[in-house]
Amino acid sequence: MCLGVPGKVLEVNDMTALVDFWGVRKQVLLHTVDSPVAPGDYVLVHVGFAIRRIPTGQIEETLAFYETLLRTAEEDLMAADVQEEMGAGEET
Amino acid sequence: MTSKASERLEFRDPKQVQAFQRALEHLCADLKTPISIMHVCGSHEQSIARFGLRSLLPPNLQVIMGPGCPVCVTDMPEVDEAVYLAEQGVILATFGDMFRVPGTVKSLAEAKAEGADVRIVYSPWEALQIARKAEREVVFFATGFETTAVATAAVILSGPPPNLSVLSAHKYIPPVMEIVAEMPQTRIQGFLAAGHAATITGWKIFERFVERHGIPVVVGGFEPLDILSALVQLVELIRRGERRVVNAYPRCVTPEGNRNAQRLLWEVFQTESGVWRGIAYVPNGNLRLRPTYAWADARARFQIRLSEWLHDAPPRLTQECLCGNIMAGIATPYDCRLFGKECVPESPVGACMVSSEGTCRIWYEYGGHVKGPTP
Repeated sequence: MCLGVPGKVLEVNDMTALVDFWGVRKQVLLHTVDSPVAPGDYVLVHVGFAIRRIPTGQIEETLAFYETLLRTAEEDLMAADVQEEMGAGEET
Repeated sequence: MTSKASERLEFRDPKQVQAFQRALEHLCADLKTPISIMHVCGSHEQSIARFGLRSLLPPNLQVIMGPGCPVCVTDMPEVDEAVYLAEQGVILATFGDMFRVPGTVKSLAEAKAEGADVRIVYSPWEALQIARKAEREVVFFATGFETTAVATAAVILSGPPPNLSVLSAHKYIPPVMEIVAEMPQTRIQGFLAAGHAATITGWKIFERFVERHGIPVVVGGFEPLDILSALVQLVELIRRGERRVVNAYPRCVTPEGNRNAQRLLWEVFQTESGVWRGIAYVPNGNLRLRPTYAWADARARFQIRLSEWLHDAPPRLTQECLCGNIMAGIATPYDCRLFGKECVPESPVGACMVSSEGTCRIWYEYGGHVKGPTP
């Protein structure tokens, strides 16, 4: 639960954004983000709320770690927490 | 579980891992006394255990987990309040990790089995959605550190329906670092601070801590290379006797943090002193709703009469559970007689075995990778 998850912003609608997490699309709330976001930006999301717009140029290294985790085929505690965070946004 | 864990030791860049390992060996080679570093984040522990990082450390460098699991440090009376309200007929919404944490009499899972309406949510926003559809009172039992409290604050400020209230068990990390830093048994020489909590607070918040306690702090990310790099920087600071904060996770952490989130957090919450389960009385360690938001505060809206309710409660938690010492960093799960025997994820004795961020649960899953006796 301390681990936010990065996702790519597809659309922005006032205080919500449609965010793609490796193919899983969720509505994420923007009340808590640190700076304005636009489609194409990456945000760090925690319990369904964006808490940081990840600066351009620092996205690849951020994503790589999560991809390692999500590649795990078997049950994995940490991957399950990441998937829970991905599931926290509203269904689209 | 250890063999399964060892198959997971895949690194993005093994050469860099080896370079950090050699750097740590070199830095620790001529130490006169061993070094202890504490981190305060369940996700750090998950990564350290999952990738077996402790097996890469020189024997005189110890990395221990402190009170970094918000579910684990939620005090038993806070769980009791939630169970009490659920039994009074409200819809009680909470995070999945909280569901099976033992209270004095029972857990929320047990209350649900007896007919209480307890719902698991992944976001405080989901609790608000439940309240919009429900006619009854909905109480969101809110746990987590400042990172999560920000989301709860946003929900309260978003104009929720009048039947939603919050039972806050949110905790604030900076004050507890001061408590564990002063515990004579731990002898902590450096802190690895949690990256995503610092995303909110910013890294400058630790400067006062460094000044007061003379212990360096490095803010670190969660992937193995982030953690090893932070450890190298911490050991260098300790060796040189340099007392300062280093930000080793600049892609998510800035000096000032997320000002918008801080504004929401402190608009709704204030700090209060209270007990963290198993650790201590922590001055200013709890986040409680400000009186202005009493309309959204379950403690103000309902009369919670715990003492009458608990009057006939049998002693329940086994006296042998070492959760408290484990969260204070003065014992490891391997020191506990119950670990992996009477206490397993399916039937946990202590909160550290319930939460995916609890040291016991993490070590049960991945092994602790420490030198010494294993279960």
